[in-house]
Amino acid sequence: MNIITDTALEKALDAKMNTTPLKMIGKDVSVYYGDKRALFDVNLNVRQNTVTALIGPSGCGKSTFLRCLNRMNDTIDHCRVTGLITLDEQNIYDSAIDVVELRARVGMVFQKPNPFPKSIYENVAYGPRIHGLARTKSEMDQIVESSLQKAGLFNEVKDRLNEPGTGLSGGQQQRLCIARAVAVSPEVILMDEPCSALDPIATARVEELIHELRANYTIVIVTHSMQQAARVSQRTAMFHMGNLVEENDTDKMFTNPDDQRTQDYIMGRFG
Amino acid sequence: MTVLDTPSVARSSVTPRRDIGIKRRYAAERRFRLYGMLAIALGIIFLALLLWSVFSKGYTAFQQTTITIPVTFSAEIIDPRNQRETDPKILQAANYPLLARDALVKALGVNPSDRVAVRSVSALVSASARTQLRDLVMADPTIIGTTQTVTLLADANIDSANKGQIDLSVAETSRKVNDRQLGWMKQLSEAGVLQKSFNTGLFTSGASSRPEAAGIGVAFVGSLYMMLIVLVLALPIGVAASIYLEEFAPKNRLTDLIEVNINNLAAVPSIVYGLLGLSIFINFAGMPRSAALVGALVLTLMTLPTIIIATRAALKAVPPSIRAAALGLGASKMQTIFHHVLPLAAPGILTGTIIGLAHALGETAPLLLIGMVAFVVDYPGSPMEPSTALPVQIYMWANEAERAFVERTSGAIIVLLLFLVVMNMGAILLRRRFERRW
Repeated sequence: MNIITDTALEKALDAKMNTTPLKMIGKDVSVYYGDKRALFDVNLNVRQNTVTALIGPSGCGKSTFLRCLNRMNDTIDHCRVTGLITLDEQNIYDSAIDVVELRARVGMVFQKPNPFPKSIYENVAYGPRIHGLARTKSEMDQIVESSLQKAGLFNEVKDRLNEPGTGLSGGQQQRLCIARAVAVSPEVILMDEPCSALDPIATARVEELIHELRANYTIVIVTHSMQQAARVSQRTAMFHMGNLVEENDTDKMFTNPDDQRTQDYIMGRFG
Repeated sequence: MTVLDTPSVARSSVTPRRDIGIKRRYAAERRFRLYGMLAIALGIIFLALLLWSVFSKGYTAFQQTTITIPVTFSAEIIDPRNQRETDPKILQAANYPLLARDALVKALGVNPSDRVAVRSVSALVSASARTQLRDLVMADPTIIGTTQTVTLLADANIDSANKGQIDLSVAETSRKVNDRQLGWMKQLSEAGVLQKSFNTGLFTSGASSRPEAAGIGVAFVGSLYMMLIVLVLALPIGVAASIYLEEFAPKNRLTDLIEVNINNLAAVPSIVYGLLGLSIFINFAGMPRSAALVGALVLTLMTLPTIIIATRAALKAVPPSIRAAALGLGASKMQTIFHHVLPLAAPGILTGTIIGLAHALGETAPLLLIGMVAFVVDYPGSPMEPSTALPVQIYMWANEAERAFVERTSGAIIVLLLFLVVMNMGAILLRRRFERRW
């Protein structure tokens, strides 16, 4: 991690960052689970082709915010979202937006690898199939191959595409889930602690992958590991008790945060 | 070995551990294991007793004594006035038992003028010989005047005697089979005329007041109709209801109430369903009595809660991560359920359905109320025709006094049990076949 002390360079970086177009905008986002309020007026923007890390102690609302971005909270009873979230300047909670289409554009990778109990091929092909992305078998083969390649898994599984996806190792399963998400050509990929169930080697592999994916996708990642946030992200947002404490460039966040709470959390004083 | 010394020094300085009754704990565990083994042993003993009592009484029902003799279809007896061309009733009402009797009298060499002896002879052969011979003649009237070798069923008492089920130490007058008949039996079996063969009639015949001619064929068909209708109605309705309740319905008072009621319905005594069927399907909707359709509808109502509870449990058991994965890919709720959740829940649903069906197959009480406890001789051509069911047939036979019905009751129970075993095996196989790990 290079430490930036030069204020001029800092400003230049800021300016560069600020020119990056915003992919998603969250404005005054609040979430209620029944009577309990889980998020308090969060204003957080996601920049295009950037990895944005959401950090904070358990129960701080970072996963809740992430799940607002592709409306996965809709599937929870008694969950209510207020405020505005846009994707390419379009309100995703608008009645004109179809949630199926939204989730095709904003894909998701979960904490625990959750491949379908089907073959590796079927796991990747399922998304393109329901969205009608391939007209022929060879087109589908191509999508599956390129998705697995993007997820850095193809060489490991090319000879056993018809074997069950659940038979892979944990790290491979998580990369399969990433390939599955990539297969429907999303614009944004949400990752909810994608490495928390993986060993360090598999984690390194996935982090490397996140770096590569950044070129083509916008990524939002929730992580418990500060080191991981520092390694993979360009922007970091710190949540605490349902509030957004601070959002900043990752380099700045981990060296010279604006907020005392961020400082304390990063130094390991709580959380 | 200074390393070993250190802990001993440390231990001496530490206060001794409190006695927490390690020995008592182990003893309690051993006791508990013993109770468990005793409970299982008790269960196995009772199961063995049940099977032993049923099989020891019932296995003889699968054999039947027959008498194979040449029968002369004499025109003088069947049609003494030669009117069969003009009056079809002649062949229907002819004195067929006389043909069988004459054939036996001839085979045994009894003096035809000895009336007592002749009456005893005619008691050797089942009264079902009348219908058997009549059917032969009706099917082919040209056999009148010829002699054919026919295999007749022996009378139930002779059958029992042949199987050694009649106590010969009892005085002859209070026995169902007299000494003379026993002598003839010996004579006939030495000549190879009286034989024991596999009892196909048990599987093909319908109800009869003569045990040797009674079978479970008709009841089996009735049960089969009911199972098919129950499957066709209860499976889709039950699965659809469960999917709606589990996946779509909002969680509120109303759905809670429905859930409680479904659980309660599963525990409602089956006879109550019979009363419901009687008042709704028969009295109100005017459906025919004794029909397999009505029985099936009642059993459907009875099976639905079982299927719904099993299906909901199976749906609940599918990990939420699978749902999240599918929804996260942009699958609709319907696609998520039908592409991922339902296939994973299928083994559980199938098991629940087959257990529900097996339960329905063995159910008797509701069928009694809707009139399926009927004496049905002919195969029902459709589910709308009067029919009966396997357990009801068993119930009816259990009420009969003859020794031959006792063995048939047990025989039918064996068939029913085998049927249930096959269904449960099917459930296990389907489970194995569809079960997938995740």
